[in-house]
Amino acid sequence: MEERLDTFPRLLLHHAKVRPGHPATREKDLGIWQTWTWAQVTAEVRALACGLAAQGFERGMHLAIIGDNRPRLYWAMAAAQALGGIPVPMYQDAPAAEFVYVLNDAEIAFAIVEDQEQVDKLLEAQPQVATLAHIYYDDERGLRNYEDVMSYTRLQELGREFDRAHPDFFDVEIAKGEAEDTAIMLYTSGTTGKPKGVCQTHDALIAAARGGIEFDRLTADESILSYLPMAWVGDNLFSYAQALVAGFTINCPESGDTVMTDLREIGPTYYFAPPRVFENLLTQVMIRMEDASALKRSLFRHFTAVARRCGAEILDGKAVALADRVQYALGDLLIYGPLRNVLGMSRVRVAYTAGAAIGPDLFRFYRSIGVNLKQLYGSTETCAYVCLQPDGGVKFDTVGTPAPGVEVKIADSGEVLVRGKMLLKEYYKRPDATAESIDRDGYFHTGDAGFFDDSGHLKIIDRVKDVGKLASGAMFAPNYLENKLKFFPHIKEAVAFGHSRDRVCAFVNIDLGSVGNWAERRGMAYSGYTDLAAKPEVYALIRECVEQANAELATEPGLADSQIQRFLILHKELDPDDDELTRTRKVRRGFVAEKYGVLIDAMYGGKRSQHIETLVRFEDGRTNNVAADLRIEDATTYPPVTARKAA
Amino acid sequence: MAEAQRTIGDVVLKLENISLSFGGVKALSEISFDVREHEVRAIIGPNGAGKSSMLNVINGVYHPQQGTITHLGKVRRDMDTHDAAAHGIARTFQNIALFRGMSVLDNIMTGRNLKMKATFIEQAIWVGRARREELENRRYVEEVIDFLEIQHIRKTPVGRLPYGLQKRVELARALAAEPTLLLLDEPMAGMNVEEKQDMCRFVLDVNEQYGTTIVLIEHDMGVVMDISDRVVVLDYGKKIADGTPDDVRNNRAVIDAYLGVAH
Repeated sequence: MEERLDTFPRLLLHHAKVRPGHPATREKDLGIWQTWTWAQVTAEVRALACGLAAQGFERGMHLAIIGDNRPRLYWAMAAAQALGGIPVPMYQDAPAAEFVYVLNDAEIAFAIVEDQEQVDKLLEAQPQVATLAHIYYDDERGLRNYEDVMSYTRLQELGREFDRAHPDFFDVEIAKGEAEDTAIMLYTSGTTGKPKGVCQTHDALIAAARGGIEFDRLTADESILSYLPMAWVGDNLFSYAQALVAGFTINCPESGDTVMTDLREIGPTYYFAPPRVFENLLTQVMIRMEDASALKRSLFRHFTAVARRCGAEILDGKAVALADRVQYALGDLLIYGPLRNVLGMSRVRVAYTAGAAIGPDLFRFYRSIGVNLKQLYGSTETCAYVCLQPDGGVKFDTVGTPAPGVEVKIADSGEVLVRGKMLLKEYYKRPDATAESIDRDGYFHTGDAGFFDDSGHLKIIDRVKDVGKLASGAMFAPNYLENKLKFFPHIKEAVAFGHSRDRVCAFVNIDLGSVGNWAERRGMAYSGYTDLAAKPEVYALIRECVEQANAELATEPGLADSQIQRFLILHKELDPDDDELTRTRKVRRGFVAEKYGVLIDAMYGGKRSQHIETLVRFEDGRTNNVAADLRIEDATTYPPVTARKAA
Repeated sequence: MAEAQRTIGDVVLKLENISLSFGGVKALSEISFDVREHEVRAIIGPNGAGKSSMLNVINGVYHPQQGTITHLGKVRRDMDTHDAAAHGIARTFQNIALFRGMSVLDNIMTGRNLKMKATFIEQAIWVGRARREELENRRYVEEVIDFLEIQHIRKTPVGRLPYGLQKRVELARALAAEPTLLLLDEPMAGMNVEEKQDMCRFVLDVNEQYGTTIVLIEHDMGVVMDISDRVVVLDYGKKIADGTPDDVRNNRAVIDAYLGVAH
């Protein structure tokens, strides 16, 4: 009989049998990488699952999982699934108040969390969550004297006792699992309204994982760094689903601050990061290059220019002149190789980025130094698996071609519709929302507006609901404009306004690292973000960026009207703690427009400055008032015809 | 939520009638107070009150002209720094005293110095005892690094670190000596609010987790009141108050010393 590998617990048992000694999980602890093989991981999961069962966890129940990427938390996911339960990973940096909604919505009774910080938050939320009865923690520090909570170690001890009394229990429970069962529930970040629980089945996740593995020919020998939030679908796909399907190794960093060092030590072969991580890495390199000796600096400049000219083409296997090839080979020896090593990307075979638009320069840079960086497109509802860029067919402004097993079509409204095995089963307890997003033909409505280019690559423009019209009738795609601005290293965040207005205006957040460094090099003193943001020199710097973006917009068909005419630099950074961004750092447009209404009125009212007071909330829940007088500046715009010359 | 259940034990350190002068300057006069096991004991006072001198007397840097020190039941006329360290007293300094060119890890390893018995020769050729000791001690140091959450700077030279982190490294080095009595000289001076909060948390965690008795000097009153069990107040080298934070807060002499008196 062929072995059924249609649920994650079955996959786990499979690896324990087929490759028991192969490393499954690594974690750096006390400065040393600790390894657990597939056989060991299975034993850990078994003890935990039995422990949960002994404590009353039953089929169909939800298990909240909160914390950084710890092996034990990944094992908790597998343990819940082994019992037919559904893990619900949650964003670890959210305050207690934000937990309450999800805990209640998912009727959470059991939670496994990382440490004291998370335990405290759950205890704070507990009075408002009637169902929450069992809290377990991984890191015991500071928790010795807490009552009514139990350590993970103790839970496993109980599990081992239970296992001895019921030796068949674990295998019988796994055998009861069906591919159509919900494997995981992930809450959407909720740019609008309350978060919704997206139920994904074993079948959907395994299909998405298998598709990706075949597409990029991944094997059990891959090694990846698991450092992105566990509550995010991408981490679930890469660190859990694909790892279990292919049997490769996941590596958990020592702490959030050590990711860079850990990345270098592990040297992953398969790597995923949102654009901002790639950007931060590059910024760090550039800043350190400025401090290097003149010889190193000139070498770096020379060879990055060579790479820019031909690096991406060489990676794509295109024809390149011999002289360039020789130069590139030399550059690889002197600059690109060492640079990849510093970035921890020496062994990277496939790297992906997604979640936000990536700047073309940034994207080209990584490809040009020989990192096979590609883009993908997907969402929580589609297991982050809709489009992938094939090797040799990479373009910076598209998200690739439909992945194997996925059908993509564009609705008349411009909305991207997708169909395939990887679609969600339902939104938890929200049949209305489920019916709204999946139509009669089984297509999921992504809410993204996009189109296919000539070569069959999908290009995403914006959210359908955000695409508006200027008073002139021209299309207004705020996200597109904001991304253009955000591609400048000095600009961290931007919010564009223009729907049913006569012109486009924008808020800008400067990037404190990049602009701060720029200021230091010029000997400008500043006390913090607010102070730096208000400097006339910084305004001039940002105006240059805005005008450059305008010059580009003037050359793009239909977008000349979208040039940004006025802008201001916000006195505080937009922050998820103030509800201005989602936890995945997407701008909550409506909320921002309302909160800063007075600034928008001032921009459109032609004022030169505006006083504003804002309440700032810190991570621990305290609040503080920040007041500032913000200057509003005009930016030059270019007529569509002369744009080329002006740029 | 469960409160920490530290049980404050007996007196471990007793200072009686300590007087210290430098030539004609009287730094401390007739000061007596005690420190109990497992407690957090603060010494506060305005600038120049004699706080650091007091700490230096406790760990033997200064030898008082008068008075006795009783540490763990043993009376000493004056301490000696090496003795102090050997008897489980470790300290941090007001003006950070780390080896700036050495990595964080190496700096903290120096805190284990007294625990290593291998000879210079053994260490130099890296055999037997030296090797085993290095491994054991490195493990302990790694636990301290984990405890104070400084894994990300393990290999960074101390000189490159911001001030707040250097303070934390100094605390780590003191902890590496497995002290029973930890002396902290202005652990939060020059820090921003967030760094102060972190440091408070670490001080309390050390106290709870390792049961270390802590004597700390601080002039930020708010911090002291939040984390101390008992507070001694010095002014111009004299003790003007001694008691719980609440007692001290409402003490007239203390208010006058801090805010000045209208004459």
